[in-house]
Amino acid sequence: MDKNMKMQSINLNAWFGLKQALKDVNIAIKPNAVTAIIGPSGCGKSTFIRILNRMHELIPNAKLTGQVLLDGEDIYAKDVDPVMIRRRVGMVFQKPNPFPTMSIYDNVAAGLKLTGAKKGRNLDEIVKASLERATLWDEVKDDLKKPGTSISGGQQQRLCIARAIALQPEVILMDEPCSALDPIATAKIEQLVVELKQDYTVVIVTHNMQQASRVSDFTAFMYLGSLIEFGPTRDIFESPKNPLTEKYITGEFG
Amino acid sequence: MLNSYRFRRYKNKLFFALCLACVIIAIVPLVSILVETVVRGASQINLHFLTANVLQGGIGPSIQGTLIIIGLTSAIGIPIGIFSGIYLAEYGNNKYASNIRVINNVLTQVPSIIVGMTAFGIIILYVTRTYSPFAGAVALSFMLIPIVARTTEESLKLVPNSVREASLALGVHKWRTTLNVVLPASKSGLVTGTLLGVARIAGETAPLLFTILGSSFFFQGFNAPMDALPLRIFLNSRMNTAEEQAAAWGAALILILIVLALNIIVRVASRGRNFRWTING
Amino acid sequence: MMRRITGDKIFQIAIAAIAASALAILVANAYVLTSGSALVFDTFGLDFLTGTSWNAVEGREAFGVLPYVLGTLLTSGIALLIGVPLSLGIAIFLAEMSPKKVRVPLSYLVELLAAVPSVIYGLWGLFVLRFWSQNYIEIPLNQYLGWIPLFGGTPLGLDIFTAGLILAIMIIPTIASVSREVISAVPNSIREGAYSIGATKWETIRHWVLSYGRSGIFGAIILGLGRAVGETMAVTMVIGNATGPKAMVSSLFDQGQTLPSLIANGFIESPDPLSKSAYVGAGLVLLVMSIAINVIAYLMVTRLFKVKGGAVE
Repeated sequence: MDKNMKMQSINLNAWFGLKQALKDVNIAIKPNAVTAIIGPSGCGKSTFIRILNRMHELIPNAKLTGQVLLDGEDIYAKDVDPVMIRRRVGMVFQKPNPFPTMSIYDNVAAGLKLTGAKKGRNLDEIVKASLERATLWDEVKDDLKKPGTSISGGQQQRLCIARAIALQPEVILMDEPCSALDPIATAKIEQLVVELKQDYTVVIVTHNMQQASRVSDFTAFMYLGSLIEFGPTRDIFESPKNPLTEKYITGEFG
Repeated sequence: MLNSYRFRRYKNKLFFALCLACVIIAIVPLVSILVETVVRGASQINLHFLTANVLQGGIGPSIQGTLIIIGLTSAIGIPIGIFSGIYLAEYGNNKYASNIRVINNVLTQVPSIIVGMTAFGIIILYVTRTYSPFAGAVALSFMLIPIVARTTEESLKLVPNSVREASLALGVHKWRTTLNVVLPASKSGLVTGTLLGVARIAGETAPLLFTILGSSFFFQGFNAPMDALPLRIFLNSRMNTAEEQAAAWGAALILILIVLALNIIVRVASRGRNFRWTING
Repeated sequence: MMRRITGDKIFQIAIAAIAASALAILVANAYVLTSGSALVFDTFGLDFLTGTSWNAVEGREAFGVLPYVLGTLLTSGIALLIGVPLSLGIAIFLAEMSPKKVRVPLSYLVELLAAVPSVIYGLWGLFVLRFWSQNYIEIPLNQYLGWIPLFGGTPLGLDIFTAGLILAIMIIPTIASVSREVISAVPNSIREGAYSIGATKWETIRHWVLSYGRSGIFGAIILGLGRAVGETMAVTMVIGNATGPKAMVSSLFDQGQTLPSLIANGFIESPDPLSKSAYVGAGLVLLVMSIAINVIAYLMVTRLFKVKGGAVE
């Protein structure tokens, strides 16, 4: 266990019913850095990331063993409240999912309002700051009352990022955040990811290797539920140690 | 010749004509009911008719009673039905919930006359000890709750899971997610389902026969009989004078206006949405 | 620090308890029906099911529900006989034949039939349908076929037949709309297969589509039958209100009585605990009949219709 790591999985195994999705995964997430998880479909990367914020257990028949540490403490220990974990570890999903019945403003404020964190805080300021951080403020500042679903896909995704940021999480998880977006929107989000690491720890799952090499500092390559290789992104892409990694990097499969 | 192509084509046309005839035959009663109700009932409608009590030849108590009973039943049945539906949709992945679901489905098929007897046997015999609007509301709630529970569950299930995930991932408790995010997202389905349920019970007579009995007078408190439009129609239809029978038609016109208005509001509000509710089963 | 909060648990338990209201309603129904009918079954035993008298006069009490079971079965049977073909015709028309523009308004009209309250059907039946039925169907049938006992008697229009007729109209929306969905759900590949061997549209429907969807259509019919059996007000107002041995009808044109109409007519005025118990007993018989119909139907669907059809529950 490395005291310097923001999050760490130790001997993590996960199942959906009888089917094992993760086998002995040990990954350490460095603070204020972007860690990318790559691998072909079915390798377990989405399962892994959903374990980091205790969303995995919402699926019926989901099980896991092992430890997941946040600042050195196991988030799966007895008596740990998953709701509290999720406030410290935020998530952005593959398909943008702003709340359909709320305005842009209310979407950003939703986390604060619904978790009781809005007391004594100036919501207007927080909403503005979050939207600015997500580089969406200038585009929507005159339309804050419009429905959250009235903006484009790329803007919706940045709205979701703003919504997550508003709660001041320590870690931001991103599950293929750009796969439903066009190249221009993707580029904007990639830029945003790199900026976010100043204040947050980012873990991003992506099936796009080029994206991983563009935005991340560290990369984990997974295959069939196991961690094959993990290291600084440069090393993984330029001099992979594991032949499987090399095959994936060079496009031989996946 | 029986299998010649021409004969088969002729058969084709014949059967389609028959099917069209079926549609027309079915619409005829509907048209007749509407026309007769309007023709026979409209002549009764005037201010006196709508506000006088039954002894004076009016249906004021009936209209008042229907409104009261709808209000009471809704106050009891809608919250219970909605929360039942929420439980089934959001927390309903277990044996208990499956059983409750089955029971709700069974309850929608229980004949309304039995519901009336049950309300009589429980509320009137043990609780109020007299005919009471409360008993009538309980009887109708017995019918409304399963309907609203089912339509609520179906509406909530239409809300995509991504919405729930987004809220839970923010660290919002499940119950707040359900009440503040999922429920508002299903608002239109909830409202239409509930309105249809209310329209259904507004026209029910049998549960009221044994619980509020009917009355010639306006509301007299929770320990006295009360009138209602469906009851008035039934009671007056058995009377012998032309005036009373005509009053039944007038009451029928008012009742059908209320019920049809509710149904049409629902249809208009749900235009373009892809669901079909059968009000009955 | 991280703590476990039980707010979610409290909410879950609270609404689970509210959902138990369904159970409470069921138990209430069962309790009233069984405890309320205990007296009459204790007094008459199984004679209650087979007897035909209905007499509340003290000293000569006799209660038997056989005529009303018969009336319920007869009226529902007529309702199905008339209503099912009509409903299927409507369902086929709406699902397969109608131009798109007409489909929605027409199906809406058919479903509007279901929105009309039962008591208004009864009123219309009492003052309008009764005369149609009497003059255009019953009297001619009685005139020409009156030698058949079924069409004998004196047709007055308020009888088993008219009750069955009005029930037929009332169950059409149920059967038609569910059948329409079943037919629409039949995969197009079935139809295409039939067309490709030269079947006409009608032949395709008759031999392929309907048989593919037969379990769903059967389910629709059972739903309609359930409605017919439990229907109270409309039947009460047009069935003629016979009680006792007279209610054992021998002709469709005799005044009759069903279990629901019996209860509607007599429960309130019944003078003493025994007769009240008799009405509750009738209610219990009615409920058991409804359940039996559903169970038999379920068994038939799962046993007879082994080919998986586009069943709609």
